[in-house]
Amino acid sequence: MHAGVVVFPGSNCDRDLAVAFERAGAQVSMVWHKESELPQGLDIIGIPGGFSFGDYLRCGAIAAQSPICRAVVDHANRGGFVIGVCNGFQILCETGLLPGILMRNAGLKFVCKTVELTVASANCVFTSGYRKGQIVRYPVAHHDGNYTADANLISRLNGEDRVAFRYGDNPNGSSDDIAGVLSQNRRVLGVMPHPERAVDLAHGGDNGSSLFKALASVLENA
Amino acid sequence: MKARVHVMLKDGVLDPQGEAVRHALGTLGFAGVDGVRQGKVIELDLAESDAVKAAASVKDMCERLLANTVIESYQIEIV
Repeated sequence: MHAGVVVFPGSNCDRDLAVAFERAGAQVSMVWHKESELPQGLDIIGIPGGFSFGDYLRCGAIAAQSPICRAVVDHANRGGFVIGVCNGFQILCETGLLPGILMRNAGLKFVCKTVELTVASANCVFTSGYRKGQIVRYPVAHHDGNYTADANLISRLNGEDRVAFRYGDNPNGSSDDIAGVLSQNRRVLGVMPHPERAVDLAHGGDNGSSLFKALASVLENA
Repeated sequence: MKARVHVMLKDGVLDPQGEAVRHALGTLGFAGVDGVRQGKVIELDLAESDAVKAAASVKDMCERLLANTVIESYQIEIV
């Protein structure tokens, strides 16, 4: 598996994401946001967490207009795999690859803790290493993680089995407790909690490893 | 030519920041503030001198970047 991790000014989980891919056996290329083309032969692109462009205007809005994001959108439209974590999720929503938007946490506070999530769908490569209904623990660290979608979108997401993860105890006011959403072709995942910060027991848990290992086992021979 | 864009959350979208401001006003003793909505004002300095063309171009800017029309509405003022 060859993974690309996009780096924006203000990204701060880019190296964590790269390490998580590497530990699953991937070759990783870091890709600067000013590049307009992706390296050849990428199986998956990771959009990391952080505060790209200082969260100016709206979280992820400026990054979504960067040259590399046009290439990421093309990659996704060709059926390529993309995972966006935290700020990466916000960026994917701003590009339109994922529906909805992440707003300020309902409690207004920055939330930084480990949360329990339910795997709401195991019907995608990302969550194929888990069982549907399984409880996993990932850290969250965000101020704008309140996934907001209208009732029509929520019912469409549920109807199409596109909610990948749900919060056990909703920390931010997200609609329908949604913590992670899939694209229609199930190859783009946006997730607010951080699987890449749970890939080693020294992190306090390694529940995130299964996600990267599942990707590696499917994409290894892709 | 200058343009001023007002970006506001759409009706029905919960505005946690506006709610916090409303709460703080109550704490300061301002009674009777039933609601607060917080938005943004963006001022643009444009080379365009035709107001109609300027408005059309700013509308495009709003749709593509300045507002996220999933949750926000915008108003353009050419000044």
